[in-house]
Amino acid sequence: MSISSSQSFVSRCFKSRSFVVGGLMTGFLLLCAITSLFWTPGEIYDISIADRFLSPSLTHWFGTDQFGRDIASLLMTGTQNSITVGVVAVSIGLSVGVTLGLTASAQRGWVEELIMRLSDFSFAFPAILSAIMITAILGPGGVNSILAIGIYNIPIFARLTRGTANAIWAREYVMAARAAGKGKFRITLEHVLPNILSIIIVQVTIQFAIAILAEAALSYLGLGTQPPHPSWGRMLNEAQSLMFFQPLQAVYPGAAIALAVFGLNLLGDGLRDVLDPRLSRKR
Amino acid sequence: MALLEVENLNVDLATAMGPARAVRNLNLTLEKGQSIGIVGESGCGKSMTALALMGLLPENAITTGEIRLSNENLLKKSERELCTIRGNRMAMIFQEPMTSLNPVHTVGRQIMEPLRLHRGLSKADAKKKALQLMDRVGIPNPEQRIANFPHQLSGGQRQRVMIAIALSCDPDILIADEPTTALDVTIQDQILELIQNLVAEEGMSLILISHDLGVIAENTEKVAVMYGGTVVESGATDQIFGQLSHPYTQGLFAAMPKLGMDRTKRLTTIPGTVPDLVNLPAGCTFTDRCPLASSICRENTPPIEALGSSHAVACHNLQQAIEARSAGLYE
Repeated sequence: MSISSSQSFVSRCFKSRSFVVGGLMTGFLLLCAITSLFWTPGEIYDISIADRFLSPSLTHWFGTDQFGRDIASLLMTGTQNSITVGVVAVSIGLSVGVTLGLTASAQRGWVEELIMRLSDFSFAFPAILSAIMITAILGPGGVNSILAIGIYNIPIFARLTRGTANAIWAREYVMAARAAGKGKFRITLEHVLPNILSIIIVQVTIQFAIAILAEAALSYLGLGTQPPHPSWGRMLNEAQSLMFFQPLQAVYPGAAIALAVFGLNLLGDGLRDVLDPRLSRKR
Repeated sequence: MALLEVENLNVDLATAMGPARAVRNLNLTLEKGQSIGIVGESGCGKSMTALALMGLLPENAITTGEIRLSNENLLKKSERELCTIRGNRMAMIFQEPMTSLNPVHTVGRQIMEPLRLHRGLSKADAKKKALQLMDRVGIPNPEQRIANFPHQLSGGQRQRVMIAIALSCDPDILIADEPTTALDVTIQDQILELIQNLVAEEGMSLILISHDLGVIAENTEKVAVMYGGTVVESGATDQIFGQLSHPYTQGLFAAMPKLGMDRTKRLTTIPGTVPDLVNLPAGCTFTDRCPLASSICRENTPPIEALGSSHAVACHNLQQAIEARSAGLYE
């Protein structure tokens, strides 16, 4: 698990095909998001009904939608939205969940029971259902949907952290650290966290993909990002009613979501190979 | 007043089948600079005793009795107070050098940590001291090795690092739990010699735990032979090895392969297995395996009888055992 030198780490990265492909796909999304901050091929807030349903051309790479907006620009700007949702929602789940998991594992006893039973309780509700419930209570909107997805992420990270941390607590070097006079807090920070970090990083990429999907699902249901801000999920929703005479309208946002999720999953898979050399390196 | 006094130590482990009596009525005294060996087969409570002394028993353990370090009862101390004692006044070396070091930190960092924690040294001072320690325990090129990760060192060198960590804060007592069991024989000798020299130079007390009678005989002044969680024979090492008395101790000796023994001859063994700690037999726990067992052994706990100035044995049939010594109890 330890990384002896940065050079071998980098060379391991390039040997993992899924890391390279996933990294390229994720990098492309990031590039789209950043570019769209100051340049898009067309206007996304100007509605001109005269230009609606234009076929793909040099000015409109993917054509226009039913309001005459440039689809390529909408997709690019939608990337911002998806990445924001991913970053914020995963950060909420990561910070709260990992803290809870580490606490449960260090304290044991009733603290662990309480944290784990609470997360079991939240697992009893399907993810999308609980996100719908939270947005129904707090009201639809971008921020609330991020919050809902973030809260849904907490028990996932808490459970993963607690399980892997418990395995580390049983290791001999933790016993040796205790024999050296270290308290639970120091052992958690110096011994447990560094040894489970690679597993958590991999989970981050997976949860990131799930968050993008969940945001698309919430927006599709009208509970996420509100118009006129573009969102892949809402584009998909709007395209649904046009499916029989403009099928391509649904293909673009669908492909964007698939690209993002696929890329992040590949990246996570690659990271697992790179960060944990004990697993097969042939992939 | 002895440095360490253990009085009537009992450790019970809560299991699904009921309490397992890992350590029973254990008494030990250790003077400053003295070395004591604890010997016995697997599951006799050696390691549990060591963990109890360090206050590192698992959470399902119930400990009673007294462990006094310089007259302070460690069992009454809070976890926070114990943290200032562990690694500082009492240090421990573990059996498995391969897994006792954290794989993600350099060995240098791991040697420096107790120094910074207990002695409050600055990073630069701790590094200087760590280099001295590495030199002291015989790691070549400390300047380069200090930046190595554990997997870049051999087993023997890792055990040397563990010793350096244990020694870093000049503890009063060093507990070595099977420190050489995982190492090959040539390294084993070097490591034991190193421990021996360091203990003598620093005036530390040593508690050496092993199942190897040879290791104990060469490295300790006192011995406690444990069986089924309790001490069956204890005293000065030369006295015990000179006149083996308890049937169990005799059995342990008989079971040792001897140089030049007939190759076609099978090794002597003690029949049976260690007792189930959850359902301990009444009376003497060795009864079921003892060639001298009589009816009283099943009923009463054997009294501890003194044999000479510093030699005590817990056996009902001590006289018979001593007489049978020359003939060989297990032949």
